[in-house]
Amino acid sequence: MKTIYLINIILLSFLMMSCSDDDVTPGEKGSIVIEFDNRVGNTNLELYKDYINTNGETFNLTKLHYYISNIELRDINGKAFKVPQDSSYFLILEDDPESQKVRINNIPSGSYNEVTFTIGVDSLRSTMDISKRTGVLDPAQPQDGMYWSWNSGYIFFKMEGISPSAPADQENKFYYHIGGFGGYNSPTLNNIRKATISMGSARAEVKSGKVPQLHLHVDILQFFTPSITIAEHPNVMFADFSKTISANYVNMFKYDHVHN
Amino acid sequence: MIMYITKRAMQVMVNSLLTMLFISCLACTQDEQNEEDVIKDPAPVRIDLPSNFPPVVYDLGSNPVTQEGIELGKKIFYDTRLSRNNTISCGFCHQQQTAFTHHGHDVSHGIDDKLGRRNSLPIQNLLFYKTFFWDGGVHNLDLVALNAITNAVEMDENVPHILAKLENDAAYKKMFKAAFKSEEITSTKFLQALSQFLATMISANSTYDMYIRKERGVTLSESELKGLELFKQKCAGCHATDLFTDQTYRNNGFSSPADLGRDSGREEITLNPEDRGKFKVPSLRNVEYTAPYMHNGKLQTLEEVLNFYSSGVHETPTLDSLLRSEEKPGIQLTATEKQNIIAFLKTLTDEQYVGDRKFSEF
Ligand code: HEC
Ligand code: HEC
Repeated sequence: MKTIYLINIILLSFLMMSCSDDDVTPGEKGSIVIEFDNRVGNTNLELYKDYINTNGETFNLTKLHYYISNIELRDINGKAFKVPQDSSYFLILEDDPESQKVRINNIPSGSYNEVTFTIGVDSLRSTMDISKRTGVLDPAQPQDGMYWSWNSGYIFFKMEGISPSAPADQENKFYYHIGGFGGYNSPTLNNIRKATISMGSARAEVKSGKVPQLHLHVDILQFFTPSITIAEHPNVMFADFSKTISANYVNMFKYDHVHN
Repeated sequence: MIMYITKRAMQVMVNSLLTMLFISCLACTQDEQNEEDVIKDPAPVRIDLPSNFPPVVYDLGSNPVTQEGIELGKKIFYDTRLSRNNTISCGFCHQQQTAFTHHGHDVSHGIDDKLGRRNSLPIQNLLFYKTFFWDGGVHNLDLVALNAITNAVEMDENVPHILAKLENDAAYKKMFKAAFKSEEITSTKFLQALSQFLATMISANSTYDMYIRKERGVTLSESELKGLELFKQKCAGCHATDLFTDQTYRNNGFSSPADLGRDSGREEITLNPEDRGKFKVPSLRNVEYTAPYMHNGKLQTLEEVLNFYSSGVHETPTLDSLLRSEEKPGIQLTATEKQNIIAFLKTLTDEQYVGDRKFSEF
């Protein structure tokens, strides 16, 4: 009995694998890699290195983490492909280059020229049973503290660093922990932001056997633009002002190029 | 899906069938080798729901309670390895003889003798709660433990560290296997086991319960009955249902304007100024044991609580309208009425619960 059961499971899983594997069904499905390249203006971002923000403040970053979720691709005919919910959550960590390359499989082949995603985690997923929130979404595995346990919810975007403009009594450190999915049973802070990025006339050609690389620039300077100074706002966490910040950071994401 | 299977896929399938055959042969031999090692299904436990309680909120379907799961959850609850320096367990701040509150402490007293700013809440009937903590910041039973674990003045630890500590303990491996049919220790299982134990912690056998459910011919004294009547008129607007809380957040006038600066309660979660000074209406079950009282533990006795309601209510902007219905903010009560209410409150004491070996550490 047990062996039959085992055989069934194995047969099933092999069947599933052989159907979903992208080079087994040529012409039907393909993959794409979306690369989130964190930058400061025209240069690549490096942690612990000094930069000057748009308000003339010197700063460096010690930490930069954010969630990207609910990715949707659109082809030149306007046809949308939604990445299945269960595999559409990613945590980008500046100190983990692998995390910055988001690979999506099983995309219908086609010419894609637009991508949409959420910066953060939608409210539905934020309130799901913990067994449906594993991996980067595990509330108990603080992926470097991307969860507020006193106020159940993910921190969508976390940026910390050092600047002479930040108060001396907190060792010139600044802290931005931005989150808020809108509240469980009373409405509250909602910082769920969506970015839609067009590739202009460029195309990501999705087809089997090739994995186009879509390269996005994520420019930290946009975080401060317009007019968020470290001096005035060295700590922003669960507070109304965080909405101003998320309204800025949604503009950090820009199309740069695509390799087909 | 099957329709798209190509030649290549067929090939893969044939290969996989062969592999499968091979693996299943392996599995056969494995089976024979570890015949006695076959993992038993954990024994399901049906939780008896008190007939006088509102409906269950926790999704038991997502985390079926089993005997093995409860045992594991209890071990976790009493394990000091949940704290950074292995000194503090959940049971340290939630002691059974005081209905799982921290006796003798007005505000939480945690790791390295650090103090929090709120009074510990009793652990009881959590299965029926929509939200947790004085400000309702946590909305699922599975997530409550994370609050204490990661709080720098409570346990100051994190789950990956805890799991690493438990991995080194053969007893835990065995218990995880018994409860979840696999030795692998994951954060989800860790939290679910704890929830299973917490879910069984139901206090519903007080004198009042027996009286209301007409069990064992239990009656209330004259004073208790008068207290119950007064309670229905003056208190049950907030301390409603047989959980003795309507599970809303209200300002009962306990916080002075200065207190509001230290702890604005529900407002910290909603960021809504209308929620300033509102706290979860606490259940009054086992209230005889859960002193000190209120979110900051400033009142020591039930007499003090009733004196507060009759003459200590602060009229701050968010004070609840139920406490504004009389000439003076608060609830006017004579000395005898207070005594009767207290007599009634003591009928909510559940001796069986605080003595139940099922929940005790040893
Ligand atoms: C340092 C003391 C301390 C420790 C350790 C502690 N708690 Fe608590 N617990 C508290 C305090 C204080 C509160 C109320 C805090 C608040 O509401 O802000 C509380 C509240 C709770 C509540 C909310 C009850 C309700 O009615 O809303 C639950 C559930 C709970 N604790 C479970 C646990 C579990 C499980 C553990 C172990 C992982 C634990 N506690 C460890 C002090 C502690
Ligand atoms: C307007 C709603 C409301 C009414 C009416 C009300 N309460 Fe309360 N009660 C609360 C809230 C809210 C708290 C918690 C306040 C805090 O901690 O700041 C509380 C706290 C308490 C506590 C402390 C419990 C603990 O575990 O700390 C007791 C005891 C209590 N109330 C008894 C009563 C009695 C008896 C009456 C009737 C005479 C009454 N309450 C009427 C809302 C109410």
